[in-house]
Amino acid sequence: MIQLDHIERVFQVGDQKVHALHDVGLKVERGEYLSIMGPSGSGKSTLLNIIGLLDRPSDGQYFLDDKDVSLLTEKEQAKTRREKIGFVFQFFHLVPRLTAAENVELPLVLAGMMPGERKQKVSEVLQAMGIGDRMHHRPEQLSGGQRQRVAIARATIMQPTVILADEPTGNLDRASGKEVVEILERLVDNGLTLVVVTHDPELGQRAKRQIKMVDGSIVSDTLRSV
Amino acid sequence: MLLKDYTHLAISSVVRNRFRSILTSLGIAIGIAAVVLLTSIGEGINKFVLSEFTQFGTTLIGINPGRTTTHGMAIGVFGSVRPLTIDDAQALKKVPYARTVVSAVQGNAEIESHRKRRRTTVYGVGSTFPEAFSLSVASGRFLPDDDPVSARAFAVLGSKLRKELFGDASPLGKRVRVGGHRYRIIGTMESKGQVLGVDLDDAIYIPVARALELFNREGVMEIDLVYSEQAPVDEVVAGIKRILIARHGSEDFTITTQEQMMDVLGSVLNILTFAVGAIGGISLLVGGVGILTIMTISVNERVSEIGLFTALGATRLQILGLFLGESILLAMVGGLVGLGVGFGGAQLLHWLLPALPTHTPILFVVLAECLAILIGLLAGVLPARRASRMDPIEALRTE
Ligand SMILES: Nc1ncnc2c1ncn2[C@@H]1O[C@H](COP(=O)(O)OP(=O)(O)OP(=O)(O)O)[C@@H](O)[C@H]1O
Ligand SMILES: [Mg+2]
Repeated sequence: MIQLDHIERVFQVGDQKVHALHDVGLKVERGEYLSIMGPSGSGKSTLLNIIGLLDRPSDGQYFLDDKDVSLLTEKEQAKTRREKIGFVFQFFHLVPRLTAAENVELPLVLAGMMPGERKQKVSEVLQAMGIGDRMHHRPEQLSGGQRQRVAIARATIMQPTVILADEPTGNLDRASGKEVVEILERLVDNGLTLVVVTHDPELGQRAKRQIKMVDGSIVSDTLRSV
Repeated sequence: MLLKDYTHLAISSVVRNRFRSILTSLGIAIGIAAVVLLTSIGEGINKFVLSEFTQFGTTLIGINPGRTTTHGMAIGVFGSVRPLTIDDAQALKKVPYARTVVSAVQGNAEIESHRKRRRTTVYGVGSTFPEAFSLSVASGRFLPDDDPVSARAFAVLGSKLRKELFGDASPLGKRVRVGGHRYRIIGTMESKGQVLGVDLDDAIYIPVARALELFNREGVMEIDLVYSEQAPVDEVVAGIKRILIARHGSEDFTITTQEQMMDVLGSVLNILTFAVGAIGGISLLVGGVGILTIMTISVNERVSEIGLFTALGATRLQILGLFLGESILLAMVGGLVGLGVGFGGAQLLHWLLPALPTHTPILFVVLAECLAILIGLLAGVLPARRASRMDPIEALRTE
């Protein structure tokens, strides 16, 4: 489903070139559970952004569902992000002035769905995350774990095929981090593809397939031995 | 994305930063209030002046001695100008469509009743004066249609002068001295109030020939001719010219129709309204810059939100719309407040100063609000464009 070939990503910082990704090749099948680990600055986030169509590679090819994404227009890319990809971030990225429900509703709003239909979906998803009673609270009134669950609800409401999580537990304590991980893993059980970037070896080792990155390259790609 | 959702998101952001939003909208509010208030006053004055001018009817033509060139200089200063005489006025009665002709002289003289004296305006006029200027007699009658050469020494008092000289007693039949000459009072006029700053009430009316003598003048100051409603003005004017040129030998007089007066007046008032609009326009410009500033700050503050929206699948156009919506909302709210304040202020002003008429045309209100929206749109374009072109990964890197 996701196929990366010889991906390069070079950032120009002043008159210096930063090689964030170098000759990265990766193939991910539908329903896979993948963790990406590696030292800081090894290019994990950059890789995730490219997979999520937030960034474009400097070189190489990226096929999503057998389609070359570099041929998509800006609008088509936005549509792809909206419909196929869900993001979960370390810092939650909830809109502070909107309630939990309104935050979760955002992708549906952007898709132009009618309000009646939206309300139903939003409350279903929030119930499933176990925060149905916090629907009308603002992010600042929620705990970190609850915020991340709102963010996951938002990432899943469009029923995407891939969830990209960049250090989803990085800002959470152990207990709520574990809860969040369990929620994410439940998504895999339901057939979604999950890519998690993490610094936490314990979390990384829970994934069936583990990738290690160093200096912009994939140095190992192993399957968990059960 | 639905319009309703754009609105909802814009409102939530504006409400979130209440204080800042109020301050920003205030700029536009002040601008719109100024425009509405000032144009209301301007329009009011416009209407007021027009009605003042047309009080005497629109079928009035004034003829003055001397020819005014387009540069406003009277040729009479150099060349020979024959005065307009009472005989000229008599002759003008033959102008086609002429209904009444009245000649007038105006000056100041001391009026003396049996115990009071007062310096006031003296109008030397003919018997048709009230008819020509739509004035009415309160008691007695107006000056009779005497032979101008041997007009009897009758006088008619304006309402204010009558009160000053005689109080509540009837002045009919009493005698007054005007500039030393004795006159008998045969009538008083209804109060007319001030017309274009001229107080027709504090005045005395005497036969024109006697006024010429009193002020030692050769000719009258003005001849006014009233023509019938349906008459073509051009023909009336041509008739006046033909008769006077035949009598004077050249066109040494100036004809002013009401139409011309209205034109001049109209253009003066237009300039006034325009100037007032320009002042309001400047405050609106300042208000627009305020919105531009606050929207720029807002875009900078919400970099991560922009990144998030992109990640959630917003197109650049949608992000542009979100920020434009906000700046339009700010301007719209400011505009509505400004309309309220401007309109209310105009009403209040009219209530405080009944003499100052105000008028707020509904078209103006609609245009002003459209203008506010336009300003919001223009002020929002740059920041919104910047937001829509932001690199999402840069935007998401910030916490
Ligand atoms: N927008 C950018 N402009 C310039 N350099 C960048 C940019 N984004 C990333 N880089 C550089 O690319 C390299 C990889 O960055 P990236 O954020 O992918 O690392 P990471 O593995 O996610 O690190 P961390 O674990 O600390 O999040 C780093 O050297 C970083 O400085
Ligand atoms: Mg990272």
